[in-house]
Amino acid sequence: MDMNTFRGLETVALLVLFIGLVIWAYSSKRKKDFDEAANMPLNEDDDGIDHSMNAAKKQKNQGE
Amino acid sequence: MTETHAPSYNYTVVRRFAVMTVIWGIVGMAVGVLIAAQLLWPELNFDIPWLTYSRLRPLHTNAVIFAFGGCALMCTSLYVVQRTCQAPLFSNFLAGFVFWGWQLVIVLAAISLPLGFTSGKEYAELEWPIDILITLVWVAYAIVFFGTIMKRKSPHIYVANWFYGAFILTVAILHLVNSAAIPLSFTKSYSMYAGAVDAMIQWWYGHNAVGFFLTAGFLGMMYYYVPKQAGRPVYSYRLSIVHFWALVSIYMWAGPHHLHFTALPDWAQSLGMIMSIILLAPSWGGMINGIMTLSGAWHKLRTDPILKFLIVSLSFYGMSTFEGPMMSIKTVNALSHYTEWTIGHVHSGALGWVAFISIGAMYYMLPRMFGQKEMYSVKLINWHFWVATVGVVLYIAAMWIAGVMEGLMWRAFNDDGTLTYSFVQSLEAKYPYYAIRLVGGALFLSGMFIMAYNMLKTIYAPKPSSADQTQPAVA
Repeated sequence: MDMNTFRGLETVALLVLFIGLVIWAYSSKRKKDFDEAANMPLNEDDDGIDHSMNAAKKQKNQGE
Repeated sequence: MTETHAPSYNYTVVRRFAVMTVIWGIVGMAVGVLIAAQLLWPELNFDIPWLTYSRLRPLHTNAVIFAFGGCALMCTSLYVVQRTCQAPLFSNFLAGFVFWGWQLVIVLAAISLPLGFTSGKEYAELEWPIDILITLVWVAYAIVFFGTIMKRKSPHIYVANWFYGAFILTVAILHLVNSAAIPLSFTKSYSMYAGAVDAMIQWWYGHNAVGFFLTAGFLGMMYYYVPKQAGRPVYSYRLSIVHFWALVSIYMWAGPHHLHFTALPDWAQSLGMIMSIILLAPSWGGMINGIMTLSGAWHKLRTDPILKFLIVSLSFYGMSTFEGPMMSIKTVNALSHYTEWTIGHVHSGALGWVAFISIGAMYYMLPRMFGQKEMYSVKLINWHFWVATVGVVLYIAAMWIAGVMEGLMWRAFNDDGTLTYSFVQSLEAKYPYYAIRLVGGALFLSGMFIMAYNMLKTIYAPKPSSADQTQPAVA
């Protein structure tokens, strides 16, 4: 096959891949999963504060 | 340190990186302010070789990108990956090695660059022994990050981790390929590649350092901290998936626009230009996704300076990712190339986007990592925001004017075909704008000092939930 035909087909393949990705991402079947995924940072099990820092400081102060 | 926290997340390494982000930010930006002043007053190198512009400039770029930006990325990625995977880090030992190894790389850079040891490759100046150390640290970083992802609780990998993962993987490849060199001695090596191929590999590296270090990594930051600070999920998770794949697959090809009108084959230049223009689409997709996360909660911008930092960073991101494709068009590049316009463009991305989102993320991280709910002074965050914003705007505007002006002066011809202006004339015309740039840079740096003060007060503030309220602060 001519190299340039191959390059052309490669471009078409990438375009098809991209359109496929968009269809996959926007299909209504996945809406629920993606909504759940989007909420992952907001549904964490604690406040993200390192409370052990307070405990460490407390121990240190009591030790003094 | 005692770990009384239930899921025993490793916050130690996160905390250290957060503090060092602020410290290296000050160091890197201070060097930037010094060399900006040297352009106005060359005597400021005091005739000491170590302090010459040529040696301090790579120190400035390495310090702000890899020390300040790198610490911010490592800090946030190692925090985000633990929290969104609900799993502690894969290895605390390796995490410690990543922190101390990275600090050693930075210190070695700060010593070797002023001494004049350089491979001469922009943003990859460090000599081969340091390059090997970087490789070791980076492999450890990748093991810690991807190992933690493998331990995740839920099957889905949150989008922020995709961006952080792409950043870690791609930077590893870029570093290995571009740093390949033949050592001549312990302190001197020559690139494995020659001529135009060497130039192309260098700017394949250089532009992807922008695309993956300075963009993908910080987009990972955006996808976690903007939703967290706004208290809302990201505007469109579907868009974030399209955003990811489009961005990572197109960025890879944009490098040749750094080599317009050089010995690089013309078709490669044109390809780089086309890919750079296409890049506008995923860049803006991501920016819109970030900003629209605030949709319905815009009022929060009025009261929350951390959110201001995050959202304004996205505005600058949108601005510089519009400017970049435009500058990659050959006819525009004929005017902008080698002028201060490029410097303005880089800083609109580096200060406006990278630094702003890092600063916003650090204001989120610092209190949490020291057992606090928020920073010592929210008012000071607001001060920092405005000082930094005025600084960036002055900086960029000055460089735009200086760049377009000198570009026009360089290409001006007389009727008889001679040049209208000498190079020195164009240099002299830039002086006032160099002064404005210096003021802008100094303002941005002073914002970092406000941040450092706020950080110290937060670290030494009395702890809220403990019984030591009656104790005086350790300060």
